[in-house]
Amino acid sequence: MSQIAFWGAVELGLVYAFVALGVFLAFRVLDFPDLTVDGSFPLGAAVTAVLIIAGVNPWLASGVAMVAGAAAGIVTAILNVRFRILNLLASILTMIALFSVNLRVMGKPNVALINADTMLSPFYGLGLRDFYVRPLFVGFLVLVAIIAVWRFLESDAGLAMRATGANARMARAQGVDTSRQIYLGMALSNALVAFGGALFAQTNGFADVTSGVGTIVVGLAAVIIGETLLGARGILIALVGCVLGSILYRIAIQLALSTDMLGLQASDLNLVTAALVTVALVLPRLRRGGAA
Amino acid sequence: MIKLDNIQVIFGKGTPLEKQALNGVSLTIEEGTFVTVIGSNGAGKSTVLGVLAGDVLPSAGQVTIGNTDVTRKGTAARAGLVARVFQDPLAGSCGALSIEENLALAARRGESRGLTPALGPKRREHFRERIAELNLGLENRMRDRMDLLSGGQRQAVSLVMATLAGSEVLLLDEHTAALDPGMAEFIMNLTQKIVSERKLTALMVTHSMRQALDFGHRTIMLHAGEVVLDVSGDSRKTLQVEDLIAMFRRIRGQTLDDDALLIG
Repeated sequence: MSQIAFWGAVELGLVYAFVALGVFLAFRVLDFPDLTVDGSFPLGAAVTAVLIIAGVNPWLASGVAMVAGAAAGIVTAILNVRFRILNLLASILTMIALFSVNLRVMGKPNVALINADTMLSPFYGLGLRDFYVRPLFVGFLVLVAIIAVWRFLESDAGLAMRATGANARMARAQGVDTSRQIYLGMALSNALVAFGGALFAQTNGFADVTSGVGTIVVGLAAVIIGETLLGARGILIALVGCVLGSILYRIAIQLALSTDMLGLQASDLNLVTAALVTVALVLPRLRRGGAA
Repeated sequence: MIKLDNIQVIFGKGTPLEKQALNGVSLTIEEGTFVTVIGSNGAGKSTVLGVLAGDVLPSAGQVTIGNTDVTRKGTAARAGLVARVFQDPLAGSCGALSIEENLALAARRGESRGLTPALGPKRREHFRERIAELNLGLENRMRDRMDLLSGGQRQAVSLVMATLAGSEVLLLDEHTAALDPGMAEFIMNLTQKIVSERKLTALMVTHSMRQALDFGHRTIMLHAGEVVLDVSGDSRKTLQVEDLIAMFRRIRGQTLDDDALLIG
């Protein structure tokens, strides 16, 4: 694997770390299996790309993308909480709907951002080579996100959200409005995912309506790899695990695809992904079985 | 003061399984009174607790806790008035959270929750002191996950959690039923201590006639959704477990009118 390919994998891993953090909030904190992310990731990319091309400041565009993602999460939460649709199904409905929404937002299946000003533009040409600038910049944002999510989850409000996912009956008995927690959590989760999409569009120079396919699997893979590597040792470790998992996952994929010996090609990506996630899911169980 | 006024609860209304769980229950509990509630399975004990907690909203009647009419308020909305310990040790706390996180959660029961760190040094110290009073050695395990504790330890912590924030009533739903005899006794003595020290108004549902008479100031027996016995004061002091059991049998056999059981 070349250096460029390696740093490219790290960069993609860091972009998808936002997805992993979002998936962690939904799946692990709220215990809400949420597939909305397959739609909110390209939604973030689409909104950002269209706004940047329209001349909007890229930071503002990314902020709007987060709001759009939050709105998508709230739609799923409404379907689940208010209309009592099974959580998984509610999120699939939103995901399907978002495919059309994303096409509407962009007006076409993909939008190129090649020469547009992005959040990264000011940092290019400062002496560092581009393939270092991107992971450094995204890595800094990931650090900020980890600290913010960590502080939140260890606050009174965050504790209420964690209790909602862990024991809703107890949470209600403690005065926690569990419905509101689901709205809030789904909004936060999908805002993070959409921000990942916004960064994806800006680091790769395009937004594509199909780029969301399998986002949930990638996010879940990152969360599970993180858990497998670092174990359950508190919130901060779990969040760092998500990021680490996301990066390692991308490196593993890059390795698999760039090793000629295996004879894999780019179109095998989804198969390799599914295989990797399966291994990450089964491995901890095997290890536990061996110890017992 | 707690007041239930002619409470009607019907489960599965309009279905073949329709059941009148509470049929015109009226009950006034003065502040600082510890009431024990007995009755056979399906008598409506848990439903009374559910009506007070907000899990069950009555189809008719009025519920007043303190000076607040809470009849239409859900569980979360009235949590500031109601503290609870559940029968299932797993139900009253979050296994995935640490002991101190559970305490932090309970300390803000019924209050708004902001972005302040849930466990500042001050709160940590306060929680540690409260847990140390249990003499279970748990004060050295404050960061352990709750699901590492035994059922009895969890109930003990749940009792502390119930008293961290103020409340108008403490509801105990057979909170010793799932424990071994030794631990059950420990939890009962702890309950007694906490209720009397803090002068709490409490309602304890129990299956044990012994417990029902040994603890508290007043005993209520429910049957088929109605209050069939309500004793306190001197008449309660002379009441024996055997008397209660005899009454229980008679009611079960339906050999007497419910009215005839209203003694004292």
